[in-house]
Amino acid sequence: MKEKLEAIRVKAQQELASITEQAQLENFRVAVLGKKGELTSILKAMGSLSAEERPVMGQLANEVRAFIEEKIQEKSNQLKEFELKREIESTPLFDISVPANLNCGSYHPITLVQRQCEAIFKSMGFTVEDYGEIVTDYECFESLNIPKDHPARDMQDTYYLENGQLLKTQTSAAQNAIYKKYKDALVNDGVPIKAIFPGRCFRNEATDACHENTFFQMEGVMVDRDISISNLIYFMKTMLSEVFRKDIKVRLRPGFFPFVEPGFELDISCLICGGEGCPSCKHSGWLELCPCGMIHPQVLKEGGIDPEKYTGFAFGLGLTRLAMMKYGIKDIRDLNSGSLKSLSQFTDDE
Amino acid sequence: MFLSMNWISDFVDLSGLDKLDLIHRFSLSTAEVENEIFFKGSDISGVVVAEIKSVENHPESEKLHLLKVDAGDGNLTDVVCGAPNVRAGMKTAFAKVGAKIGDITIAPRPLAGYISNGMCCSEKEIGISDDHSGIMEITDDIPNGTDLKSVYQIDDIVFEVDNKSLTNRPDLWGHYGIAREFAALAGRPLKELETADLKQYDALPGVDMKIEDKLCLRYSCLQVENIHTTVSPVNMRIRLYYCGMRAINFLADLTNYLMLEMGQPMHAFDSRKVEKIRIKRFDKPFVFRTLDGVDRNIDENTLMICNGDTPVAIAGIMGGLDSEIVEDTTTLTLESATFDAASVRKSTVRLAHRTDASMRYEKSLDPEMTVPAIARFVKLMQDTDKDAVVVSSLTDEYAVRYDTVKLDFDLDFIDKYTGIKIDAGTIEHTLKSLGFAVTADGGSFSVTVPSWRATKDVTIKADIVEEITRIYGYDNFAVHTAKAPLYPVRPEQEKTDEDKIKDILVKRFSLHELHSYIWAYYDEYRSLGIEIEDNVKLINATNPNIETIRKSIVPTQLCQVRSNLNYASDFGVFEIGRTVDGLDENSLCRESKKLCVTLFSKTKTLEALYFELSRILSVLSSEIKHKPLEFKKADAVHSYEHPINLNSVYADGVYLGKIGIVHPSVSKKIDRKASVVFAEIDVKAFSEIADAGIVYREPSRFPEIEVDLSFVSDTFAPIGSAIKAADCPLIQKVEVVDTYRDGGTKSITTRLTFSHPEKTLKREEVMSVADKIIETLAAENIPLKK
Repeated sequence: MKEKLEAIRVKAQQELASITEQAQLENFRVAVLGKKGELTSILKAMGSLSAEERPVMGQLANEVRAFIEEKIQEKSNQLKEFELKREIESTPLFDISVPANLNCGSYHPITLVQRQCEAIFKSMGFTVEDYGEIVTDYECFESLNIPKDHPARDMQDTYYLENGQLLKTQTSAAQNAIYKKYKDALVNDGVPIKAIFPGRCFRNEATDACHENTFFQMEGVMVDRDISISNLIYFMKTMLSEVFRKDIKVRLRPGFFPFVEPGFELDISCLICGGEGCPSCKHSGWLELCPCGMIHPQVLKEGGIDPEKYTGFAFGLGLTRLAMMKYGIKDIRDLNSGSLKSLSQFTDDE
Repeated sequence: MFLSMNWISDFVDLSGLDKLDLIHRFSLSTAEVENEIFFKGSDISGVVVAEIKSVENHPESEKLHLLKVDAGDGNLTDVVCGAPNVRAGMKTAFAKVGAKIGDITIAPRPLAGYISNGMCCSEKEIGISDDHSGIMEITDDIPNGTDLKSVYQIDDIVFEVDNKSLTNRPDLWGHYGIAREFAALAGRPLKELETADLKQYDALPGVDMKIEDKLCLRYSCLQVENIHTTVSPVNMRIRLYYCGMRAINFLADLTNYLMLEMGQPMHAFDSRKVEKIRIKRFDKPFVFRTLDGVDRNIDENTLMICNGDTPVAIAGIMGGLDSEIVEDTTTLTLESATFDAASVRKSTVRLAHRTDASMRYEKSLDPEMTVPAIARFVKLMQDTDKDAVVVSSLTDEYAVRYDTVKLDFDLDFIDKYTGIKIDAGTIEHTLKSLGFAVTADGGSFSVTVPSWRATKDVTIKADIVEEITRIYGYDNFAVHTAKAPLYPVRPEQEKTDEDKIKDILVKRFSLHELHSYIWAYYDEYRSLGIEIEDNVKLINATNPNIETIRKSIVPTQLCQVRSNLNYASDFGVFEIGRTVDGLDENSLCRESKKLCVTLFSKTKTLEALYFELSRILSVLSSEIKHKPLEFKKADAVHSYEHPINLNSVYADGVYLGKIGIVHPSVSKKIDRKASVVFAEIDVKAFSEIADAGIVYREPSRFPEIEVDLSFVSDTFAPIGSAIKAADCPLIQKVEVVDTYRDGGTKSITTRLTFSHPEKTLKREEVMSVADKIIETLAAENIPLKK
């Protein structure tokens, strides 16, 4: 019996060495240690042994069993490790260098610059207004101190509609409505009028890379008891520095617009050359950006505000121009083209 | 408009000052100066006055001549010259060896076998006119060898001001007005114009002249005789040329010179043709030939200068051919007048003919200028032509006078308006330097606006602020923020919603925002087979293709989708834009703001794409308003709408817009196989839906019960209604888990999830609700699936 047990131990060792799969190992375990296994059947024969031999053989049999169990466990661990290794090795290298298909949506570039400007003014307590694109002659001209025969109407080629209304040529067309909306709060409660109005404007002119009949502006007005030219310069400089995220130099030149007095053309130091002079600023170091001025007393009066008590400034920022400058868009027509090859690039820009 | 620093310096002494700096300050204080400044004469040196002593023909060339030239250096210089007008005894401009003309340095040079030691120059070569027909002929008595630049004003700094920036400054359309600005900027006095004393002619007979129409504000005239000078003095011609005009003859040059100097247009008639000057309009249209030989249609609104009843000039625009100065003219009548600005402007537009004169009249010229302009004319005329005589008294009718503008203000007003402190002395000095009469009393000012600024330009106190501040210099302003009380600012709901819509569509659904035009593009619509629906029209569109305003963004967007076929096999676009739906009861456009979304796919079925779009809309409603959308079958009314798959979209029972698949006749033109779906929602209507907000419900701790019910039905709608009608608070969730088609019938499996907040539900409790739903549907002939 002792020989048999030793033989099982040796044989088990030999057989285990050749096992390569978990299933084989299980078969082997059953064949050796199972109810009908070799070792079990030997143990069943223990009853025929003498009383002296039984404990000795019993101990030996247990030893062999423990030995084989241990070896099976070892083998099982080995196999598990091996299988994990094989799984790892069989995993291919995923080529992360292949560019991802982002499928990002996009905002219109005007939306992006408009939001940037709105955020700046909102942070300074301005309201964001919304008015129509089709306006009356009164809103676009009369209320802005531009009477019927005024040459300023020649400067703006206006699209007129058959009912006498027109496509607004400038966001200033909203000024009168803004004054009327807020004048009571101004007069009764002393709430200053601080409003911006981003909107679409139209001019009846031929289009080319630099001219569009449809474009965006942003009007801004502030009215209170002591609003001054000095305030105007401050707000323009601050706003533009925020828009371009750098300290912008501004300068004012006299400019004539019937709805402001004094009126200015505001130039900013060239963004490309910083004022040294380069082709994009026609070597002047300055870019003409934004007409502005102190609101003409007549315009305030039309809005129901007493110009003897209140003063204010107004400006008109070319959002389309700003977007083109900011993103280096060379052809203005791209903006209304609906071309996704061009417009899908404006994913976000806060 | 080109401006000459030499000319300006006639009226203000700018010696010792940096001219370029002054021009820069002019740009910042008065009107924008174009970037390029011209340094006239800077490329010319060593050109002297010389006399051609002899001329011989070149033996081998018909064109060339061999000259002996006296350039004042004691020798005769051999020169070969090809100019046709060379002759012995003439004086000309001679570039000596070593002289510089443009990029060329003159050196001895062989010409057809002879050495030429210098060059006789044409006026064009020295840059003082564009005459290159021959060499310059100098008639003034100047010693040979004199540097040409020492006798003629060839050296000059010329700059250009954009006419547009002078629109509101009638006083700046001549050098004298510009000089006034330079004087104020430089702090130097402005000289008075030298003029002839016209009083000396008072005893002479007047001109028969009468203003019969108040569109002529003032008409001044004078008759002159015996002008024999034909060629203008060199310096006058140089100035005209530098300022962009061609010299013609002395008389024409003189009127142009006056216009460029004082801004006052003048016209000279042949006195034989204007014996009886009448200024009036005609009752009937007629054709009139102007001095450029063009026949122009004159209507009853156009003011004319007439000889009795015969028109001789279009007032303020151009003279007639028949009354022009001709060779045998002996006496001429000089006109210096002011006309109504708007009238001249309108006539200009009607005639489509703008002239240097009309450009000035349009700006509202100062009527006070007509007489000084004549006095200046006479002075300049007699300076050049001693024989010229005045043969009439000054005849002047002043029909309409502008009011004198007087403005009172105090220092406090200026302080408030500017936001800085400018002292009273500076204010007084600045205004006086610009010609304002100022009475200052402590902090109070009383100002009379000079006539040349009082025609429309300076009328209110704010205009005075501009005068003070622009000369003070905006660069010198201390800037500071406003002192204003703070109040909360509430954002407009619609604007907030609009931003959210854009964010969700871009960020969540990867759609692309586009912009398009407000009108219907006929060509594009037609190429997709989309009907152009009648709507409000533009009356002056230069492009007839765009005259109708669009009713919907959908057609525009379908056109845009087609133009992007190469972009990707699947994409979606959207726009928030304006549309117009006819006129309202006040005859105003019914304008609305719409959100339009179009999805395009070559890989998805129409049904899948349609569901994707309805889900997008539902997400917008759910996230922004926390409310579900309802869809109801709609009737197709537009050519691009599909008759079956078109639904109206509602929230809270309010109509928001439509969602649909594109009519195959249109979608096939976009792409034969692709799926295209659209939706258009009214942004205002959507925004006005009240936001239900987030209503938190504590999740039940007790187990849920799920019940699956399969009904035979074509749509979920009746099932949904029946579930709603059961009105059971225990239903937590309703979802469609399966749809199954078996031949002609379709069945829909709906899973209801029940739970109770406080107890474990029993199956029977739940089934009673289910039975109610089954009953309701059975009554509508929607049975349970067997």
